Amino acid sequence: MSAVADTHSQEHHHGPASGITRWLFTTNHKDIGTMYLIFSFAMFLLGGSMAMVIRAELFQPGLQIVQPEFFNQMTTMHGLIMVFGAVMPAFVGLANWMLPLMIGAPDMALPRMNNWSFWLLPCAFLILVSTLFMQGGAPNFGWTFYAPLSTTYGPPSTTFFIFAIHIMGISSIMGAINVIATILNLRAPGMTLMKMPLFVWTWLITAFLLIAVMPVLAGVVTMMLMDIHFGTSFFDASGGGDPVLFQHVFWFFGHPEVYIMILPAFGAISHIVSAFSRKPLFGYASMVYAVGAIALLSFVVWAHHMFTVGVPLTGQLFFMYATMLIAVPTGVKVFNWVTTMFRGSLTFETPMLFAVAFIILFTIGGFSGLMLAIAPADFQYHDTYFVVAHFHYVLVPGAIFGIFAAAYFWLPKWTGHMYDETLGKTHFWLSFVGMNLAFFPMHFLGLAGMPRRIPDYALQFADFNMVSSIGAFMFGATQILFLFIVVKCVRGGEKAPAKPWEGAEGLEWTVPSPAPYHTFATPPEVK
Amino acid sequence: MAQEQSYYVPEQSKWPIIATVGLGLTLYGVASIMVNAKQGESTTLSWLMFFAGALVMAYMLFGWFGSVIREGRAGLYSDQMDRSFRWGMSWFIFSEVMFFAAFFGALFYVRVFAVPWLGGEGDKATANMLWEGFQASWPLVNNPDPEAYPGPKEIIGPWGLPLINTILLVSSSFTITVAHHALKAGNRQKLKLWLGATILLGLAFLVLQAEEYMHAYQDLDLTLSSGIYGSTFFMLTGFHGAHVTLGTIMLIVMFFRVQKGHFTEDSHFGFEASSWYWHFVDVVWLCLFVFVYII
Amino acid sequence: MRVQSKRALRMVAVAGVLVPSLGQADWTMNMSPGVTGTSNDIFGLHMTILGICVAIGVVVFGVMFWSIIAHRKSKGHKPANFHENTVVEILWTIIPFAILVAMAIPATATLIDMYDTTDADVDIKVTGYQWRWQYEYVDEEFGFFSNLSTPTDQIENRQAKGRNYLLEVDKPLKVPVGKKVRFLLTSNDVIHSWWVPELGVKKDAIPGFINEAWTRIDEPGIYRGQCTELCGKGHAFMPVVVEAVPEEEYQTWVAEQRAAAERERQLTEKEWTLEELMERGESVYNTVCAACHQPDGSGSPPAFPSLRGTAVVTGDMDAHMDIVVNGVSGTAMQAFGEQLSEVELAAVITYERNAWGNNTGEMVSPKEIMEYMSE
Repeated sequence: MSAVADTHSQEHHHGPASGITRWLFTTNHKDIGTMYLIFSFAMFLLGGSMAMVIRAELFQPGLQIVQPEFFNQMTTMHGLIMVFGAVMPAFVGLANWMLPLMIGAPDMALPRMNNWSFWLLPCAFLILVSTLFMQGGAPNFGWTFYAPLSTTYGPPSTTFFIFAIHIMGISSIMGAINVIATILNLRAPGMTLMKMPLFVWTWLITAFLLIAVMPVLAGVVTMMLMDIHFGTSFFDASGGGDPVLFQHVFWFFGHPEVYIMILPAFGAISHIVSAFSRKPLFGYASMVYAVGAIALLSFVVWAHHMFTVGVPLTGQLFFMYATMLIAVPTGVKVFNWVTTMFRGSLTFETPMLFAVAFIILFTIGGFSGLMLAIAPADFQYHDTYFVVAHFHYVLVPGAIFGIFAAAYFWLPKWTGHMYDETLGKTHFWLSFVGMNLAFFPMHFLGLAGMPRRIPDYALQFADFNMVSSIGAFMFGATQILFLFIVVKCVRGGEKAPAKPWEGAEGLEWTVPSPAPYHTFATPPEVK
Repeated sequence: MAQEQSYYVPEQSKWPIIATVGLGLTLYGVASIMVNAKQGESTTLSWLMFFAGALVMAYMLFGWFGSVIREGRAGLYSDQMDRSFRWGMSWFIFSEVMFFAAFFGALFYVRVFAVPWLGGEGDKATANMLWEGFQASWPLVNNPDPEAYPGPKEIIGPWGLPLINTILLVSSSFTITVAHHALKAGNRQKLKLWLGATILLGLAFLVLQAEEYMHAYQDLDLTLSSGIYGSTFFMLTGFHGAHVTLGTIMLIVMFFRVQKGHFTEDSHFGFEASSWYWHFVDVVWLCLFVFVYII
Repeated sequence: MRVQSKRALRMVAVAGVLVPSLGQADWTMNMSPGVTGTSNDIFGLHMTILGICVAIGVVVFGVMFWSIIAHRKSKGHKPANFHENTVVEILWTIIPFAILVAMAIPATATLIDMYDTTDADVDIKVTGYQWRWQYEYVDEEFGFFSNLSTPTDQIENRQAKGRNYLLEVDKPLKVPVGKKVRFLLTSNDVIHSWWVPELGVKKDAIPGFINEAWTRIDEPGIYRGQCTELCGKGHAFMPVVVEAVPEEEYQTWVAEQRAAAERERQLTEKEWTLEELMERGESVYNTVCAACHQPDGSGSPPAFPSLRGTAVVTGDMDAHMDIVVNGVSGTAMQAFGEQLSEVELAAVITYERNAWGNNTGEMVSPKEIMEYMSE
């Protein structure tokens, strides 16, 4: 007992431990945030290189580089790695770094569990990626893994995939519990809920969504496991089950999941737009309500992913109306951002460039989302490249640009140095051009009738596919530049002041840059 | 004592990484046992891996919880820390609720939609074309393809063992509450008595549940593979049973901690968390009793 | 009534499109209006919602770019300090809502129409297989498989690709023009999805269940589509080709098909020679088996075993028949007993036992297959 008391008395005075144990045993939110971000970028490159394989095969009609079996493994792994390995951990990393700084807390509420949440991720992805080397290959049924292609007809590695998903789920749920406990319990005195920075608000709601839907994902993969190994018939009509049941349960998870991947970006973008407009965020309260409304609606729209599976008419109409309704709060957010910029005093440093691109391109993704919501029209769009274009427009310039914007915005706080602005802008413009070149033609391909997830296609799709591949290679190669910029920024550069951005607001800018290893051991007063 | 006012941020800890290794080994082991068994290959290595993982997990659980208990008893946790634990446990239980919701959702879906459609009723009645002679009913005793999925001879009615189990679990919710009040009143003898009674009720429930499963498998041909009725029945009651087991283990740990003199009248979160969990499995059972057995 | 609502929709569509050039863009950039009432309705909805989106986009991005250009710090613009305006916020909540309600009305009408599968003139059962479609004319008692006819050489870039690369089949689905055709869609294995863009029909084929869809084609012609639900490695290689022909031509064709089905039944009785079976077997093998076991029988182990000199095809005849007829459960090997006729089964088994240097000299006749299957 006395030993414990001793370590306690030291705890406010020490810096990071040295060597590898610093990272293995850490309980520090900044260390854990850093690990999440590094892991996420590694997964981004891995998932991205799979996208390069896909685009290389689709560069021309015919089978050139890979066989269809392997192509399907690539589309599946690309999706899984990007969703669960790149985007989600990146936001958790940002949350770890920034939430305690933004609310004036000494750390996350449950620091040891926080470290466990992180370390489960490399473990899960080790298992997932190892399936590529197993007999019969990796999962090849798409990231949505519809039964019975993923059960009766799945490769043996499906079982490993299921347990990898379980581990990711445990990690996400614990991470989310930590976020909620931190936000609800560790805010500095005076910081009422409606004074919380928007990034904190969006993460609070995201964490709620995570806790609500990750267990459902665990449930559905468990049903798959039982169907594969223990003779149950959840997804087999000959035993009274239904393959469509899989889709209902999956998308009950899956739709909130897509908001999990965008809401924190909404929060970060709100700070950035306001900072570089040198003007307070327009409509703070309505922003909060809009995020809440989007989150709640996300629970009752799942079947819009399933308009062609033969949902009865009344269901079809309900899900169409509910989905269209989401456009209202989403619109409110976009209008608020634009109005925040309106009559501001704008400058366009790299974070702002990414933020402005975010607003424009995410809105385009939102528009195609609204089109997809119209059920009769969806019969033509569904499972074509139009859908691929849609979700890449909300995920790449949405989630990914949001993450880049946030990373550039807070890099000075993390490293104590300014990043290289010229290189940052180069990174932005190459990404922007590459991304649009890659994904905009996909709208045309889809409307012209090209189905998604095919390794080979009819000749009328050849031109746009080639353009798209060129854009994708450009976007992919550009991301190496980001790695270079971050490494350069960590190693040196112009010293960053506590508040490097003229218009930035919030507690995180009251601590020095780089942020000390321990911050807010005594909570600040918020007026 | 001023330090107690600040929020306790623990030192570096080896437990998370040990927990990761343990969980990874265990689950990788389980997965490869399943895959190898299905392909008729040797599972010896996989079992070794599984046991190694389970050992590491056990070591980790003792170690991690042990240090949390020591810290708590050393007075390192402020009221604010206590609230973090409360939020943590509440949201963990909420996540468990959602896990069960997935399986209840599956049950409602097959009962309300899939099975009637297959039997030629409702919006998608044409499905019956593919299953000539199949009649929808619930409990589903004759499956659409009886060769692939031979149905159960009979199912388990609600008014035998399940009713007794309901009475056992509901009473155990009362006994744990009485124990909690005894703890708050500082009456250790009464606490031990009622906590012990709760554990016994939980164990009795598990024994009867095992009895019921054996009856289902041996006498009724009601199994996991007897079609969607068996699938939903065993997955729902089975996961519930697993949670009762976990809850009982938690209560047993609490019993030993009480024996060792842990907990005070106003600081006993470990006990409260276990009792929350116990109430949660009780509520799940009530839902099961209504939706799986009665209706 | 239907025509009127269609016209109304088109007017909405035209009114909604603020950028006319988008509507008249090259066909490969936009959706095809198609050849049915449904596809035209959908096209109308598509153009309307696209127009609405473009209009909103012009306004929102217009304001944004105005700020980007005019309200720069580098131009010395001083920031205003407003951060809320209840009236504006309520307005931009209500106006989008009203637009959505206006949009939902025609969408609902179209959807209800698409779901009305009653009073069909022709019923066709469409069954998805890995990786081909089966069409059964429910009232006419005949049916057939429709396989990709693009040669492997074109796919593997050894030959120039044809005009309808990957969108051509050996035997298209034939339907009469001007009649309401109802499709009963299901699947034999995994979920597939049957899509012909120009008909505005896309519906999932789900194993164990039946989905309904319908179409009424106005103009004769050949309409091409594809499977749109990932169904395994051959997902890109199971196109849908629909040939819409005038009523008389359709009736003649139906009569021919019925007669052909009858002839096939008689062929079972005929005495076949090894050469005849080999010839027939080669074509069956190439359309049905070669996708997995490869045209030269080498397969792609372990998922798809080699058939060159392996015990399955050189050993016990009954075991060979069992695998082909009943499939191997838990693997990708399907039960072909239901998919192929006795003649085709006999031919393909004989072919496998004698091709690629297997030369067992053994053959099995359609009659023996029939006996085997009736056991």
